[in-house]
Amino acid sequence: MAITASKIKSLSLQPRFAAQDHFRMLRLPSPFQPRIDALARTEDWYTWAGYKAPLSLWDEELEYFAIRSQAAVFDISPMVKYHIAGPDAEAFCNRLTLRDVTRLKPGRVHYTAWCDDAGHVLDDGTLFRLSPDRFRLCCQERHLPWLLDSAIGFNVSVEEETEAVAGLALQGPTSFAVLRDAGFKDIEKLKVFDIAEFPHEGGSVTISRTGFTGDLGYELFVPVGLALSLWDRLFEAGRLHGIRAIGYTALNRARIEAGLIVANADFVTAEHAIRTDRLRLPDEIGLGFMVDAEKGYFNGRRAILAARANRSMKHVLVGLEIEGNIPAEHAIVYHRQKKEIGLVSAAIWSPTGKRNIAIASLSRPYGDTVVDDLWVEIYAMRELKYERLMKRAKVVPRPFIKLERRTANPPADF
Amino acid sequence: MRSMVEGAYAIAPLTGERPGRKMKTWDAIVIGGGHNGLVNACYLQRAGLDVLVVEKNAWIGGAATSRELTPGYLYSNCSYVCSLFRPEIMRDLELPRFGLQVISYEGGAVFTRDGDYLANYRDHDAHRREFARFSARDAEAYDRYARDVTRQCRFIQPLLMRTAPDPTSFRPRDIGELMYLGRKFAGLGAEDMAQTLRFWTMSISDFLDEYFETDVIKANFALSGIIGTALGPMSPGTAYVLLHHYMGEVDGSVGAWGYARGGMGAVTRALSDSFRACGGVIRTDAEVDHVLVQGGKAKGVVLSGGEEIYGKLVVSNADVKRTFLKLVEAKELPEIFLRRVKNFKIRGSSGKVNIALDSMPEFPALPKDSPCYRGDLHFTDSMERMERGYDDWKAGRWSADPTLDMMIPTALDPTMTSPGTHFMSCFVQYAPPRIEGRDWTDADRDGFAETVISQIADYSPGFRDRIVHMEVRTPREIEAEVGLTEGNIFQGELTFDQLLFNRPVPGYAQYRSPVGGLYMCGSSTHPGGGVMGAPGRNAASEILRDLKQGAKHMSPAHDVI
Repeated sequence: MAITASKIKSLSLQPRFAAQDHFRMLRLPSPFQPRIDALARTEDWYTWAGYKAPLSLWDEELEYFAIRSQAAVFDISPMVKYHIAGPDAEAFCNRLTLRDVTRLKPGRVHYTAWCDDAGHVLDDGTLFRLSPDRFRLCCQERHLPWLLDSAIGFNVSVEEETEAVAGLALQGPTSFAVLRDAGFKDIEKLKVFDIAEFPHEGGSVTISRTGFTGDLGYELFVPVGLALSLWDRLFEAGRLHGIRAIGYTALNRARIEAGLIVANADFVTAEHAIRTDRLRLPDEIGLGFMVDAEKGYFNGRRAILAARANRSMKHVLVGLEIEGNIPAEHAIVYHRQKKEIGLVSAAIWSPTGKRNIAIASLSRPYGDTVVDDLWVEIYAMRELKYERLMKRAKVVPRPFIKLERRTANPPADF
Repeated sequence: MRSMVEGAYAIAPLTGERPGRKMKTWDAIVIGGGHNGLVNACYLQRAGLDVLVVEKNAWIGGAATSRELTPGYLYSNCSYVCSLFRPEIMRDLELPRFGLQVISYEGGAVFTRDGDYLANYRDHDAHRREFARFSARDAEAYDRYARDVTRQCRFIQPLLMRTAPDPTSFRPRDIGELMYLGRKFAGLGAEDMAQTLRFWTMSISDFLDEYFETDVIKANFALSGIIGTALGPMSPGTAYVLLHHYMGEVDGSVGAWGYARGGMGAVTRALSDSFRACGGVIRTDAEVDHVLVQGGKAKGVVLSGGEEIYGKLVVSNADVKRTFLKLVEAKELPEIFLRRVKNFKIRGSSGKVNIALDSMPEFPALPKDSPCYRGDLHFTDSMERMERGYDDWKAGRWSADPTLDMMIPTALDPTMTSPGTHFMSCFVQYAPPRIEGRDWTDADRDGFAETVISQIADYSPGFRDRIVHMEVRTPREIEAEVGLTEGNIFQGELTFDQLLFNRPVPGYAQYRSPVGGLYMCGSSTHPGGGVMGAPGRNAASEILRDLKQGAKHMSPAHDVI
């Protein structure tokens, strides 16, 4: 039982010992931290998956308009990332996720989700097919045990690479112009959901035409060692295109306008739901479109198809347009102003759509077959007094705004 | 340490009645001033009853005491941490007004034999990163583990403050209570129902295997499954024991543990002050020899000196064996009840070493600024070591390589020692009630202590030199002083055969006994051990029901939403 110095010095243990002092820094700095710190005038931080991340840097309104009028840079490094590789990588991903991965060509990304055996959504995320047998799965929560268990029987390796890969979202009308002027040759060839590799500082950067804003935009991934030089390259090229770093508050507005949902904000992921009635099938959170019943077996298939056949889906996630201009965040939704039928999970006044919009989870049949006479009860705190408003809401399609520049080919300069 | 002996009630006659002076008859006499006895007494007194607590020791508190056994050092010399004590009780009995403060403490660490350690950090991300030092997979398995344990805790928590139904009874209340249980169970959903049954019957080792691959991570969690239990981590039933330790809370943070500021005696001091403030009377140095039974009904107690004290009813805080095998004559009890009481499992399995230190011990494996110094520290880094420790218990020996739950409350609590000096509490698993079939001797006790100290000293150079004083408590000392049969800290093991309507024995799980007017309120009754107070509170509720007295002063269990 005695502790010997030789044991401590044993080579295989060194990384474990070296990692001991993580407790001194509870929030990891991003690989871009020096650049973000230099811009963070508000010192307005939050915790994203254990990282220190900005809610705003200078002014959340102006940061929002950078997304919609110029080019906004948002650090997505904290996003959880898994590298999936091997001869069976495609078959594994196809078994794991809802969509048909055999139709996801190398050099393409799709937005997908994965479920437990009961069909309850474990998370949603983006699946990048980097090559025929290499994938990157990006998501909000952590799933290594699930992924490893699901990989049994497949010739595939799954590695968590969150801290090894830095990511930036470059979003907004001039984002294409920024990348072009930064010298990413042939960037104009990228169509929505395309991925390509570009040389950078002796290494490479993976750029996809994706984003979380509903706008023209790209996401860039590099090994952490190349993070700062990538940032500098973008900001240098972006100087004449209004490039601006932003925090989450601005991004969140854009994503609500785009009608996109956030795990554990708009729905509760299955491995975190303590209350079992919070579990959701894909169809209950607006992800039913992903389910490919024809592609063969995948986790949760039987349960999802049974729920569809039995019409036993209990919930539905909808977009709402609400009268007036007061955001209905976390408001209760009523039918005929009386019967409580659900909750608003995200809501803003949309600056771009000039509408009062919300994402809400409702109990079927409300929001599904019964969509008339819906109301939200808004408690607006104004100088220590609640103004209680009962406002009419109607179910509207998502996204709440549709921007042609998002999909234009080739993309425009602004 | 201020004395806790006060307010002793002057009882006049030793026996019988003096001419012209009527002997007092109490509304209720509570045997034993442990936390459950005091909780029970408080609720009865607040209902308007005239209640006397008799305590054999010169101090009150039972297994929740703070004692100054060497000058300048206050020991939590039995129980040492607080989480299970129900907040509803703290509130009903105004314990904060009487000085009770429960403070959260840090996560701790398990030292590993290779010179490293595994820490438990309160910060979720730090916790994950710490596990990731050992296994990337285990790091990401914790959320699902925590979810499943939390789901089970939420199922059990509302049952703590309810009297278990008697399934053989056809009284509407029992049927209603059974239906409540059934509805709750049915509400779990198929997957959780299966999980619940597994949880109540599995070994903690098997349970942890379903989530984690790293031995030290499993050993880290498994300790909660064996504490105070004469079972090994590989014995079925230990998964529930872990749950029992998770269903407490500190101010709504379920599963969190804290220190009672001033040691665990602060709990019983606040209870006794609350009791006295309402007019209750406590007599210390008043050991009960037996319960006075006439015509199948309890009439009071007879102290060991022969003094008789009369009461309309008697409530025993002593464990079920002590109560019915020592304090009540066998002839007063049905044979089957007696047989079941004899068969109730209440095996001693643990000991305690309380140490006064002149300075903060160092653990070179831990960084000097590690928060783990302010948490619970362990040395058992594998499931096999833990199980081997149990093998020794089976052979009638204390574990040669024991599992310790060691903490230094004074790292957070400034009230127990002078600045710079420390009290260290070491819970020791396993220690058998008898050594190879014979009684513990002083030499055994010293050998047991040496085993503990040498384990600590292996990880803490110079540890022995810091020791100012030490109190060693084997099951022998715990039984002799606290009165817990075999030194079992839970007044009976927390296995599923002895829970709910089977605790302590079938047919008598509602705090009543075969003797009219004699009630039980200790941890031998539902929902079991730990400094929870729920048995004492539930017993009071049943007593008041029998007396047809209101119980408006008793809050129902807080909602679990």
